[in-house]
Amino acid sequence: MDKSKIILCRCEDITLDDVHRLLDEGYTTFEDMKRLLRVGMGPCQATTCGHLIQWQIANYLNQPMEEIKIQKVRPLTTGVTLNQIVEGIKHED
Amino acid sequence: MRINVLIIGGGVSGASIAYHLAKKGIKDIVVVDKSYFTAGATGRCGAGVRQQWATKTNCILAKRSIEFFEKAKEILEYDKDLEFKQEGYLILATTPEEQEQFQKNVQLQNECGIPSRYITKEEALAIVPHLNPDAFLSATFCPTDGHLNPFKMTEAYVLAAKKLGVEFRFFEEVKEIITENHQVTQVITTKATYEVNQVVNAAGGYSREIGLMAHVDIPVYSENHEILATEPTEKMQGPMVMSFSKNIYCQQVPHGSFLMGRSDPDVEKNHNTESTWKFLDEMAKTATHILPALGKLRVVRQWGGLYNMSPDRQPILGAVEELSNFFIACGFSGHGFMFAPITGEVVSDIMCNHPTSIDISELSIQRFKYQTDFHVEKSVV
Repeated sequence: MDKSKIILCRCEDITLDDVHRLLDEGYTTFEDMKRLLRVGMGPCQATTCGHLIQWQIANYLNQPMEEIKIQKVRPLTTGVTLNQIVEGIKHED
Repeated sequence: MRINVLIIGGGVSGASIAYHLAKKGIKDIVVVDKSYFTAGATGRCGAGVRQQWATKTNCILAKRSIEFFEKAKEILEYDKDLEFKQEGYLILATTPEEQEQFQKNVQLQNECGIPSRYITKEEALAIVPHLNPDAFLSATFCPTDGHLNPFKMTEAYVLAAKKLGVEFRFFEEVKEIITENHQVTQVITTKATYEVNQVVNAAGGYSREIGLMAHVDIPVYSENHEILATEPTEKMQGPMVMSFSKNIYCQQVPHGSFLMGRSDPDVEKNHNTESTWKFLDEMAKTATHILPALGKLRVVRQWGGLYNMSPDRQPILGAVEELSNFFIACGFSGHGFMFAPITGEVVSDIMCNHPTSIDISELSIQRFKYQTDFHVEKSVV
């Protein structure tokens, strides 16, 4: 199977090949990959790619998957527009 | 383990210092960092690079750094894209006091060779048409300021330093610094004990704590500064838009997202980097006031990072009085990323006893010992 055609991160179009290349370059944490590939920075916040990449890292390091840390979860849970936030403040007042 | 130089902190400053030392022929350099690649302030910064400052020292540091960024990809032989974009910083004046100050700033910047100019509201609107014309009076603009990807820039330094023999060790935290006869002799980490000839403290938000381990009192503290990122959108804004009085910086990065940040005047001095509701509310109000068209964009993510604040908001670089082989690069007050090239050059020159290419008297820690009346940089968000 062509690894460059398997998408792991749908937000940023990051493929299995991209992830394997970074592993070979020595980046073996999700946080490293996030910074260099933008995985986990998109609207889904790694809910799609998180466990897929965790699995790839576990395989590469030959460690149990549960020992591989995933990314820090950041707010917001879902996209909210700046205008909606401003409107929300008015209602609070 | 016997090594030559230990650099504490693998952010962009530590990586730049490592690269410059190695380029000068220094061998056996190890960089330790307590967390993952760019976990600290470098990886949390707003990714802007600017030269429009209000102190001469900062102007010179910034100009020299931009000159390096312009050629960084070639000099460091980096294969990937640094996402360097020079579409300027547009700094809004919103009060008569700012208008007066900004004219002086531009004069100083021009004297330093920085191509900034003081412009009218109409000229500013021609550069960023979606600005709210009622939110400002006039502006300054420097077309060679811009954006650079902090992760890629740091990786470029790290890879170039590695090629010259530098070793980087992540997830290794410094626990103890042993001194004897005004020298650091050993540094003990969670993984090794290093016998060292020279030590560099480039620990960013934790540089005060590292200093104290060596009994060096560095007058810096850390505070949380927050940023948010929106969903990516079609290109609509070239320059960074910034206002000190309205407390905002906001730029569309090449990826298409907008990054925007502001300071919390009530923030506590500590190492907290959590995200707050207060930031989100204040940022949304400020951004939609100055740039109403951004109101339709969804916020995707927010995060915090540490500014390491010095008393005059200018970096502290170089040697210390107490120890002959301990050097510092800290107190960047939120601007360590954009000054990284000159930081590496100057600190490595000092460590090798080479003459420095710029006057460093205003950067030494000694300035706080004998002076109480500093020239404080006010062009800071």
